[in-house]
This record gives sequence, C-alpha cells and structure tokens, in this order.
Amino acid sequence: MATSEQFRICQTTGLRVYQKTENLIKANAVVAVVFLAIGGLFGLTVALTRWKAVHLLPADWFYLALTAHGLDVLVVWIVFFEVAVLYFASSVILGCRIATPRWAWAGFVLMLVGALITNVAVLMGKSSVMFTSYVPLKAEPSFYLGIILFAVGALIAVFVFFGTLVVAKQEKTYEGSVPLVTYGATVAAVIAVFTLASGAIILVPTFLWSIGYVSHIDTLMYRTIWWGFGHSSQQINVAAHITIWYMIAAVVLGAKPLSEKVSRGAFLLYILFLQLASAHHLLVDPGISSEWKVFNTSYAIYLAVLGSMIHGLTVPGQIEAVQREKGYNNGLFEWLRKCPWGNPAFSGMFISLVLFGFVGGISGVVMGVEQINIIIHNTIYVPGHFHATVVAGTTLAFMAVTYLLIPLIFRREIMFPRMAKLQPYVFGLGVSGISMFMMGAGTLGVPRRHWDISQADAVLPYDFPGVANLLMGLNGMSALIAGLGGAMFVIVTVGSVFFGKKIEDTGAAVAPSTVDEYGSAEHAKVPGTLVLVGIFFVSFILYFFVNWKYLAEVWPLR
Amino acid sequence: MSVTPPKERIWWNEPVPKSELAWVIIAFVWGLVMFFAMVFWHMYGEQNLSNEAYRITAEQYSAKTEAMVEKYQVREESGYPVVHPPEGEDIYLIARLWQWWPILELEKGKSYRLHLSSLDWMHGFSLQPVNINVQVHPDYEMVMTIKPTTTGEFGIVCNEYCGIGHHQMLGRMYVVDNGGS
Repeated sequence: MATSEQFRICQTTGLRVYQKTENLIKANAVVAVVFLAIGGLFGLTVALTRWKAVHLLPADWFYLALTAHGLDVLVVWIVFFEVAVLYFASSVILGCRIATPRWAWAGFVLMLVGALITNVAVLMGKSSVMFTSYVPLKAEPSFYLGIILFAVGALIAVFVFFGTLVVAKQEKTYEGSVPLVTYGATVAAVIAVFTLASGAIILVPTFLWSIGYVSHIDTLMYRTIWWGFGHSSQQINVAAHITIWYMIAAVVLGAKPLSEKVSRGAFLLYILFLQLASAHHLLVDPGISSEWKVFNTSYAIYLAVLGSMIHGLTVPGQIEAVQREKGYNNGLFEWLRKCPWGNPAFSGMFISLVLFGFVGGISGVVMGVEQINIIIHNTIYVPGHFHATVVAGTTLAFMAVTYLLIPLIFRREIMFPRMAKLQPYVFGLGVSGISMFMMGAGTLGVPRRHWDISQADAVLPYDFPGVANLLMGLNGMSALIAGLGGAMFVIVTVGSVFFGKKIEDTGAAVAPSTVDEYGSAEHAKVPGTLVLVGIFFVSFILYFFVNWKYLAEVWPLR
Repeated sequence: MSVTPPKERIWWNEPVPKSELAWVIIAFVWGLVMFFAMVFWHMYGEQNLSNEAYRITAEQYSAKTEAMVEKYQVREESGYPVVHPPEGEDIYLIARLWQWWPILELEKGKSYRLHLSSLDWMHGFSLQPVNINVQVHPDYEMVMTIKPTTTGEFGIVCNEYCGIGHHQMLGRMYVVDNGGS
C-alpha cells in the first residue's frame, strides 16, 4: 500500500513528506490564517470600542464583534491550525502515509462549512450571545448547528491522527517509542476527544432547545458541561503549543530533551489532570460545594501546574544544553545571547514561552484559587489572563512554527524576511500590553464583555476610578500594535505561500543544525536556566501571596 | 531530538538529572502549599463563598423580595425603593433585565444574609469598588452572609453579558455608620 503513495524526501530535514499529507496540512493552515485575520480584525474593533476616547462601535455591533472575535480566533483559527499540527506530528514526523485521507478531507469540509454557518449566523445580528452562548440567552439555531458541525469535523481529524499513528506502527516507519513531539501531539489529541465530546453533550440539546424540541436547559448544568468544552479546548492548545516549543527547539537548534522521562511524564500529567480546570469558571456559582471547587480548581493538588512548571525548566534547559555543547559556555547567559534571535521561528517560540509562563501561567493559577476568584471573576482581568495564554502563548507559538512550515511544507522561501524577523517582537509587545492592561483594569473591577464602563445613560450610574479609563486606553493602543504584528504575519505568510520563490530540493530558509545522535542530552548542566526558573518561582510566590492580601481586605463573606 | 524517537529504547530507566529532580520536588511541594492555602482559608480566613443555595422559581423569589421591600422601605430614589433592614435579617436582591432591585442600605459592621437570584437570564453581581463578584443564575437562590466594613455609596455592576442593555444594568447599595449603636 504505502509504496503506491507519492512522497518526497525533504532535503533540509531528511523527513519523508507524503503528497496527501502535504495537501491536507496546506489546506488546514491556509484556512486557519484566513480566520486569524478575520477574527483578529474583530478583536481590534472590540479593543478600540473599549478605548473611551475612540469608542468605535455602537453597542449592538460591539456585542456582535465580540462574539465573532471569540469564535473565529479562539476556536476556528486555533483548531484548524491544530489539525495541521496533528497531521504534521504524525505523518511527517513519523514518515508514514496519512490514514484515510478522504475522511480527513471530509473533516476539513465539515469544519469549514460549520465555521461559515456560525459566522453567517453571527453576522446576521441575531446571535450576539458571546462565544459561551449561556442559556437562556438564545441564538439562531444555525449558530449552534455550525459549531456542532465544526466539532464533528475536528473529531474526524483527531481520529485520522490516531489512525496515522497505527499506520506508522504497523508499517514500522520508526523504531522504539514515538518522538516526544508526536507524544505531545497525542496528548493534545486525547484531550481533544474529551473536549469535543463535552461540546456535543451540551450543544446538541441546546440546538434542540433553540428549535423548540427541548423545553428547558438548566443554567448551572449548561455552564458545568459547556466549560468542559470551553476550557478544555484551551488545554488542547497548551499541549499543542508546548509540543511546538519542543519541535522548534529541535529543528532550529538541534536540542534534545534533558530527560525523555521527565518531559513525557509532564505531558502525561496533562492527560490525567488538566481537564479538571474547567472548574475555574464555576468558583462563584451557586449550588456547587467548596470541596468540589477546591479539588477541581487545583487540578487535584496542582498536578497539571506541576507539568507546566516542569516544561518551564526543560524547554529552556534543553536549549541551554545544546548551546553549551556548541561552545557558548561563558558566564550564565552567553548561551541565551547567542540564540538565533533573528530567526522568527526561534524568537516567536521563546517569547511565547516567557509570556505564557510569567503572565498567563502565574495569573491563571492565582485567579483559579477558589477564594481569590471572588475578586476576579468576570472582571476584565479574565480576558487579560487568557490573552497571555491563548494569544501570547498559543497563537505566537503557532505563528513561529509557520515560519518552519512555509519552507518545509509549502516549499517557498519566506518573503519580506526583515518584516518576518520583526514580527514576533511587534506581536509579542502588543499582546503583553493587552494582557497586562486588561489585568490591571480588572483589579479595579472593570467588567468584561461590557460596551461602556462610563454608563452614561444608566439610571444609577457608577464611576470607575479614572485609572481604569487610562488602562483601557492603553489596552486599545496595545491592540493596535498587536494588530500590526498580526497584519505583518498575514502579509508574510500569504505573500510567501502564494508568491514566494519556489524551493527546488535545495536549501531552505531555515537551516537546522546537524545532530549526530538523538535522544536525551547527556549530563547537561543548565545553570542559566536554573536562575531563570528561580526568578519565575519567586515572582509566582510573591504574586500568589499579594493576591491573598488583596482578598483579605474585602468585606467578610461566608 | 524531540522530533526523533528516543535513543535509549528503554528511556524510562534513564536516570533523571539532579537539577530536574530538584525542580520537580520543589514544584510539587509548592502545589501542596497552594492547595492547603485554600483549605486553611476555609478554616481561618474571612472571605469564603457560601455553599448555601436553593432551587426557586422567579415568582417565589420576586414575592420574597417584595415582602422585604414592603416591610423595610425607608425612602425612594430614582424610582427604586431604598430598604434599610435590621441586623441579621434576610435581604434580597433581584437581578433582571436590566436592573438590580431594590437599593439596599446596610450598616457598617453588621451582618446580613444576602440572597441573590435572577428572574430571567444569567447575570453577574459585581459590587464596586469592594470588588466582590458572584455569578447569578435564574432558578437558583444563593444565600451568603456579608458584613460591610466600609461606608459610602457602592455600585452594583452586571458583569455577565445579558443582552443589549447589559451595560446599563447598574444597581446601588449604601452602607451607613450608626456609631456602634
């Protein structure tokens, strides 16, 4: 069977790339970027509306744009790209043909049709129910139908991934265990099955309710199950973008994991514990006990956080190990200074790592403390947090890996290399601003999903402190910078894919270093990384206890 | 490399570098500290969300609220009744499209049993600038004991999206100081 399929050997990486896989990766990645552009533009209009001096959109358009922004970037862009990553991590990395390519195309079509249906429903104006679509707020039936079709398509893609793993095993295209990157992708895929199943369990009855076949949906049940879908889909992202960190470090620098056992163990903790975190959204809901909240919000006893903290050491640690091997041994940080900061794949990956850990990670754990959530729930601190995880973490990592995929899969040279070089920095700067300023405004109580905090026409107005308006203005300016970074990404990728110089079996834009051996790095000393991890840990502890102090100042409550 | 199979086929028997092992242990212990911080706060902290909640219908909840208003109303403001209940009393706040009803007037340093429920969609109780935020569901009545420690005029913002009038959904609460009477 396998011999009848067309493949080529990549001259740069030596990977075997099958034609059918390549086409599927191309299609999914291109659609992903299109939705990133659309969703990003909606996001920009949202931020500009919340900037008091600009206040761009009228209220109805604001809520419409916010709904579309959430769906298009949080779901459509990310999941399409993740499908491309799954196909890459299975078929390309393992050098085998893709299982059931027709099913893969069917999944692609379902996802695309679903995304279009939901987008049309939102743009018609009667489905401005936000990404969360909490009942009894009702959207048009096609809104739910589109999401269900999209989820079914994504589920098909996940099973094509599993099938491809079986094909590789049976046709013996690799020896021993699968590479760490494939392992990480498998973790993401397992979480995806749980996620998409939760989505189906809650959205199918909600769809039936919207057309009148179900009379009532309990709001607490909706929120509990919906977040099994909504939050878990972000856990797919975590597993996927950490996989990409490892992949970029390996391809660009030739880095090896410090210890296969530790890195894989950390991924395994994700499968076991990460999904409990959907409880983060239910910490101030009635009818759920504190015991349930404490156990779930802490991923048992922070065992998934343990996984992330391990990756926080092993990813920079393996970079340090390989750089020191190359002779960058002076002082604590020569290895870091001599990293390829001009390569957007590397710089994007490293900025993603730092922002995800320091901003997204720490804030996420702290706001997920059962009691501290009382002073944070549904304030704009929440979007501040998840723009650090999903935009700075996931989206930037996906952008970074795109710079590798363009020469490898699309076989085009990167156009506008100088713009590409700057892009991760511009985008990273903008997103840091968005995250930090929204988090700051959130501590002042500014609500999320709110058209106008000056509430000019309310009967009983309330004035937020002036600083809140300043922070929202700075958020708008940061959104402009991030929007610029996003536009640069779209220009570079679309330009390269359609008009870039074709690569004909010779060198690519990104040349990986040679490695003579694979497997764990041997007896590597990583003092620089330990210092970085120490700084992270001290920040974490300080921020954790500062927030307990803020909580202690609030009115007693029991 | 991470994109190739492990060199050692039995990779799970490889020794773990000491620095990594130390970090794993530190991170695990920190997880225990964070976990038990929540348990500790339940025993010794003063800000814990109540576990008391009941199923209720919109009609029942609105009847209870109206009974309270009738009993304790002291004045009217912008068309809203202002209610001044005694210490320890059950006080009710209605969330509905798009208002928080009525205006509660409480006394500093005294405890009240605050009930929250929605008559229609989901809303978000956000007391400002104190910054207490609670999700408010229809058909569920949440009961918590609150003790104001600061005086003045407070805003109640809705921070769960509830349709086109969401940003106009504001309420008010007063806390007065009766000089330790």
